[in-house]
Amino acid sequence: MSEPDISAEETDGRAAATDEANVEPESAGAPADTPLRVANLRKTFGGIVAVDDASFAVEAGSLTGLIGPNGAGKSTTFNCITGAHKPDSGRVEFQGERITGLRPDQIANRGLVRTFQIARSLEEMTVLENLMLAPKGQIGETLWRSVVPGARGKVVAQEEELRERVWETLEFFEIDHLAGQTAGSLSGGQRKLLEMARAMMTEPDMLLLDEPLAGVNPTLEHKLLARIHDLQDEGYTFLLVEHDMDVIMQHCERVIVMHQGSVLAEGEPSVIRNDERVIEAYLGEDV
Amino acid sequence: MTGESGSGPESGGDPPGDGSIRAVFADMFGRIERSDVLIVATAMVAVYTLFMIFVLLRLGITTGTPNAIASAWRELTFLFAAYAMLALALNLHWGYTGLFNIGVAGFMAVGVYTMALLSTSPDAVSGQGLGLPLPIGVIGGMIAAALVGLVAAVPALRVRADYFAIVTLGLSEIIRLSLNSRTLSDWTRDRFGFATGGGSGIDLPARPTDALFDTAAGEALIDLFVVRIGGEEVTLVAASVIRRFTWALVMLGIMIGFYWLLRRIGYSPFGRVLKSIREDELVAQSLGKDTRIFKIKVFMLGCALMGLGGILWQGSQGFVSPDSFRPIVTFYVFVAVIIGGSGSNTGSVVGALFFVSLLFLAPRRIGGIVDARLDLIDAPGTFAGAADPLVSVFNAEPMLAYTIDNISALQFILLGIVLILIVQNRPDGIMGHRTETAAAVDLNRPNRGEEDE
Ligand SMILES: Nc1ncnc2c1ncn2[C@@H]1O[C@H](COP(=O)(O)OP(=O)(O)OP(=O)(O)O)[C@@H](O)[C@H]1O
Ligand SMILES: [Mg+2]
Repeated sequence: MSEPDISAEETDGRAAATDEANVEPESAGAPADTPLRVANLRKTFGGIVAVDDASFAVEAGSLTGLIGPNGAGKSTTFNCITGAHKPDSGRVEFQGERITGLRPDQIANRGLVRTFQIARSLEEMTVLENLMLAPKGQIGETLWRSVVPGARGKVVAQEEELRERVWETLEFFEIDHLAGQTAGSLSGGQRKLLEMARAMMTEPDMLLLDEPLAGVNPTLEHKLLARIHDLQDEGYTFLLVEHDMDVIMQHCERVIVMHQGSVLAEGEPSVIRNDERVIEAYLGEDV
Repeated sequence: MTGESGSGPESGGDPPGDGSIRAVFADMFGRIERSDVLIVATAMVAVYTLFMIFVLLRLGITTGTPNAIASAWRELTFLFAAYAMLALALNLHWGYTGLFNIGVAGFMAVGVYTMALLSTSPDAVSGQGLGLPLPIGVIGGMIAAALVGLVAAVPALRVRADYFAIVTLGLSEIIRLSLNSRTLSDWTRDRFGFATGGGSGIDLPARPTDALFDTAAGEALIDLFVVRIGGEEVTLVAASVIRRFTWALVMLGIMIGFYWLLRRIGYSPFGRVLKSIREDELVAQSLGKDTRIFKIKVFMLGCALMGLGGILWQGSQGFVSPDSFRPIVTFYVFVAVIIGGSGSNTGSVVGALFFVSLLFLAPRRIGGIVDARLDLIDAPGTFAGAADPLVSVFNAEPMLAYTIDNISALQFILLGIVLILIVQNRPDGIMGHRTETAAAVDLNRPNRGEEDE
């Protein structure tokens, strides 16, 4: 789709340049088509420039891959998008609205939910509690409702509904046999599943998945990817960080390549695969 | 319909009971497990029996024994209820939400002193209040403690957890030292007509239960404990002990109210968010929970409960001074929570019981028994005076007398040892790891659960 990627050869300023060339035609004032747009994002940690003027957009309903060598700034980009870190400069838009500088919970409540590269499970809580926590709009989260006799009827009714969904989700992710265990007792792969299941329970519009498949067995990996495609059909949008090139090439419609904090290239997998700079970036990092 | 205590560790799910009174009641008490009530009851029977034995060992059986037993039980009940209330409130902060509040004593002080300044009579001997009705004082004390909690929490929410701890400790000491200030007290007296009395403390309104004993029913109750043995009238339990015991029982009742409240919070979506904040705040935020609001709410609620706990305890003895709110009180409450296992409400109650009985009161009681039974020499004034005879002529008596005389210092050593043992061997508290599932319903698979397990 985006041939300009390859033709634009130069190093400096090229990320932004190619990006605008890329983003503009597709999004052309129709934010509904690109729910997530990142412009000139920059984040430094002391002397380290983790994200350097990164700009990209994610198309509605797509499964977009975000790849790049270790330390390219992918996770930091996620953190800046979701409010976990404050970017030094730049702009993030979700569904046409600026979300830069909002708190993580505000961003999540707008329907943009993320998972973490190193699974962050609520260790002393059971798998069931982990999932029950996630859904939005829980009336029982107001203090008085959880206490006052009589007001609890509605809370209980809602809890019962959620319980149904929780068990369905657990079964889908094949962790229903772990339901009563504390999350802290789960294996690495199981935690990844738990985290993804938990994110799904929020019923987001868009999911940012940071290496969700790392450590997940191949059978389940296929199942998860199939599920992601199902959800895509339902209108969900995914941005996926993944190191497994086969997965990226087979499943993503678009790929964004980051290198040293900048967006190096963006386009269809077939194009990206043959992009010289991408190959160079990966070879340089010895991949 | 009756969702109460199933056979499993969690009781069956309560039906959504909007309407009927019965459903509301089932919902109120349905999820308090029978096993927990049993644990607490068993522990209480054991401890109360132990304290009776202590008295019997010291006095033998005399006409004074019943009164001494009642008095010992009174003290035990009083302190148990007090520490349990505070431990429950601290468990809400620390055990549930992970808010490391080491200013418990300060929030108690705010509650007690606000109550005193509102409700103590204007012509008290020490300190001066506005003479308002007691309920206003109590509610005012709770509100004031909650507001001070708010003041502490809002800026502290921006800092890391360990700084939060320092903020609360600092605040608690600032409060105590301000209350201790004679200058401040004199100034408020001249300016506003109320005063803390500074270091000499403030007089407090009488316990509300004391008024009961001016009625016929109260007098009848006192007479109940006067019996006739061989033509002689013997007072088995003195009126003052009965009066104070009544108050301790009221505190015990309120403590059960605390337990009910906190348990209900624990078993709710609200409690679930609190737990998630403790575990990993960023996860909670990433799932769309505005953790600031939850933290502020829970901190204010816990502080109000600490204020109330302080009022019922330190505020019920006719007089209070800033000395009652030294950081050691906070430490004791922490010990109770740690013994019971932080994060568990039942654990907090059991922890408070064991702390008060075995660690706080028992050493003194045992010291009293040894003192009464062995008829020891007068304790030497210095450690050298106690140790030298032991080393030179193998005479242990001075050492024993010295030890008994300094039993409260030994208590700290005992406390330290117990803490080390618990942290090393049972980090989840004496009751072991407990899962108090944070949900308003039983989360087990609804249709299959019963047959499968
Ligand atoms: N909190 C932090 N403090 C300091 N430096 C950080 C922090 N987070 C990330 N960095 C630095 O920013 C750079 C980008 O890191 P980031 O985690 O975004 O890489 P990544 O693309 O996700 O890599 P990987 O594929 O290994 O997960 C790295 O050099 C890293 O050391
Ligand atoms: Mg990463």
